[in-house]
Amino acid sequence: MNIRQPNSYRTGPDDRGHFGIYGGRFVAETLMPLILDLEKAYNEAKNDPSFQAEMDGHLKHYVGRPSSLYFAERLTAHFGGAKIYFKREDLNHTGAHKVNNVLGQIMLARRMGKKRIIAETGAGMHGVATATLCAKFGLPCIVYMGAVDVERQKPNVLRMRMLGAEVRPVTSGSNTLKDAMNEALRDWVTNVADTFYCIGTVAGPHPYPAMVRDFQCVIGTEVRAQLQEAEGRLPDSLLACIGGGSNAMGLFHPFLDDPSVAIYGVEAAGHGLAKQHAASVAGGRPGVLHGNRTYLLMSPDGQIEEAHSISAGLDYPGIGPEHAWLNDVGRVKFLSATDAEAVEALQLCSKLEGIIPALESAHALARLGDIAAGKPKDHLIVVNLSGRGDKDLDSVEAWLKTHGK
Amino acid sequence: MTTRIDKRFADLKKEGRAALVTFTMAGDPDYATALAIAKALPKAGADVIELGMPFTDPMADGPAIQVAGQRALKGGQDMKKTLQTVREFRAADADTPIVLMGYYNPIYIYGVDKFLADAKAAGVDGLIIVDLPPEEDDELCLPALKAGLNFIRLATPTTDDKRLPAVLQNTSGFVYYVSITGITGAATPNAGNVSAAVGRIKRHTKLPIAVGFGVRNAETAKAIAEGADGVVVGSALVDALKTSLDKDGKATGKTVKAVSDLVSAIAQGVRAARKQAAE
Repeated sequence: MNIRQPNSYRTGPDDRGHFGIYGGRFVAETLMPLILDLEKAYNEAKNDPSFQAEMDGHLKHYVGRPSSLYFAERLTAHFGGAKIYFKREDLNHTGAHKVNNVLGQIMLARRMGKKRIIAETGAGMHGVATATLCAKFGLPCIVYMGAVDVERQKPNVLRMRMLGAEVRPVTSGSNTLKDAMNEALRDWVTNVADTFYCIGTVAGPHPYPAMVRDFQCVIGTEVRAQLQEAEGRLPDSLLACIGGGSNAMGLFHPFLDDPSVAIYGVEAAGHGLAKQHAASVAGGRPGVLHGNRTYLLMSPDGQIEEAHSISAGLDYPGIGPEHAWLNDVGRVKFLSATDAEAVEALQLCSKLEGIIPALESAHALARLGDIAAGKPKDHLIVVNLSGRGDKDLDSVEAWLKTHGK
Repeated sequence: MTTRIDKRFADLKKEGRAALVTFTMAGDPDYATALAIAKALPKAGADVIELGMPFTDPMADGPAIQVAGQRALKGGQDMKKTLQTVREFRAADADTPIVLMGYYNPIYIYGVDKFLADAKAAGVDGLIIVDLPPEEDDELCLPALKAGLNFIRLATPTTDDKRLPAVLQNTSGFVYYVSITGITGAATPNAGNVSAAVGRIKRHTKLPIAVGFGVRNAETAKAIAEGADGVVVGSALVDALKTSLDKDGKATGKTVKAVSDLVSAIAQGVRAARKQAAE
C-alpha cells in the first residue's frame, strides 16, 4: 500500500470526517441532520472560551484532574530497563478515563438543549461515567448494554442503577458491545427530537471520533507537562490498550508530531490471534460499520464477526478510524496481548505496585516488559493506566479457576 | 434512460393507482423458499420487489427484519446467492422491477465495481442502501447511476426543506419516504402527516414517492395510497413468514402462502384507494 505521509499527523479529519480512507458518515438519513447539528454545535462550543472554562472547572473539582503521573519504581526494577511511568486515569472519579469524554458530551448536550441521554457500554465504565454526569446535571439516562456484559460486569450495572440510570440489556445479535451500539442507534433514530447519543469511544460517524479524541486529549496534554516537570523532557515511548481506542488516542494525539516519541497500541488477542480475538488491526480489514469506515473483524462476505476478549471494554470487532489511519501511515505500532497475558500482567501490577488495573489497561501492561526490557535506564515510557480493576475481580477469579491457577 | 422502475411507476400512474412495493429478505428462511416467495409476489399484487441483502448489524431495522437477516445468514445466504435469487427471478419475470435493499458493508467487501456489474447482469434495477446518505455519494451512488442502476434514497421526517435538494440530487427511480422517525416495523404512520410530507417532497421532485415503515395491513395501505405513488410493506410480511415457520425456524408448506396471502390483502387495499396524485 502506497500511503502518503502527511506534514502533520494532527490535522485530521477533513471536513467530511475522513482520516485517509477511514471515518466518514455512514448513517441512516434520519440521523444525518442530527449529526450535522451536532457537528455545528461542537464547533461552536470548541471555540467558545466559556465552554472550555466551565469544563476545566468540572475536570478539576468533580473529576479530580490532573490525574497523577506516577513513577512505577518496582515494575521498573522488575523489568530492569526503561523508566516506567503510569498515567493514573484510574484515579479519576468513576475510576477510568471515560469520564473526560462524557463530561464534554453532557455539557454539549445541555448547550444544545437536549433532554434525554442515551449511551452504549461494554465493560460498563462508559455507562457508569454517563450515569454519573447525568445524575450530576439532572438528566434522564438510558444505557444499552449487551446481555452478556450485564452478566460479567455486575458491579457496574449496580452502580449505574444506583446513579438513577436505566440499564437496558440488549439481546439482539451477539449480545455484546456492538449490539448495544446498534440498539443505541435504533433508539436515537426513534427519539430524534430530544435525545443526545453519548458515544463512549473514538468511533462512530463524524464528528464523534474527532470530538471524543479532543475531550480525551487532556490525558496526553497533562502527561506532556507532568513529564516535563519530572524529567525535563518528552517521553521516549507511549503505551496504551486499544478497543475503540479513546484512552490511547487521548494519550497519543498530543505527541503524534514529536518524531522522537515511539507510540504503541495494544489490541486484545483474546484466545490468540489464530483463534477468537478482538484485534481488528491485526486480524481485520477495512469495512463500514456504526457510521465509519475502519478495520473490522468480518467474514469473507462482509458479515461482522463476534469479537472475543476477557475484557468487556475491548470486546468490539472494530477500532476508531483515526487509529486505523495511524496504523496505515505507520505512526502508531499495533501490538496485541492475549487473555492469559492480560491476567498475568494484572496480577504482576497488583503485587508490585499496589494498583489493581482494569483488565483493559492490563493489556497494555502485558506488552510493557517487551518494550521496557533491554532499553537504557533513561528511556522514559508512559503507560496509560486507563482504569481500575475492581469491576474485573469476578472475571479474573473465574479465569484463574478455569485455568487451574 | 428509462428503467423498469420508471416504466412501472409511469404505467401505474396511467392506471391511476399507487404501486405496492414489497420487502422480503433474500434467503429467509432458506434460499429456495425465499425465491419461491419472490416469484409469488407479482401474482399476489406486488408491483415493485425489494429484496433485503442480509447483514449482521442492521442498525435501522426493528426486531422483525433483524431476525429475518439472521435466519437468512444462518441458512447460508451470502451476496452471491442474493444475486443468484435475482437471476432466477428475472429468468421467469422480465418486467417486475427488483430493488436490492440493505447496508453498505457487504457490497463494499464484495467490491463496488464487481457488485454493480454483477447486479446489473442479474437483472437488478435499483438499490436502497440505508447507511449511505448523500454525504457519501462517491462510494456507491454515483458509480451505480453510471452503471445504469437507480439509486433510491430515503427521505425522513427529519429531512427538512433545506436538506431535501441534497437528498434528491442523485436520487432516481423513486423516493422512499420513511413515514416515522424510528426503526422498521415500529410505529404506525399517521396518514394525514404522510400526505402532507409527500406534498412537501413533491414540491422538490418529479420522482414518484413511495411511503413505508409501519404499514401492516390493507387499511393503512389504503390510507397511505390515497396520498402517495407507492406503499412499501416489509416487517408485516416478514412477521407473517416467521409465524409460518416450524419450531426449528424451518419453512413449512404454509410459508409461501402466508406471505402471498398478506400481499394479496394489502394489494386490495392499495387498489381500493382511487387517488389523484398530489401534484
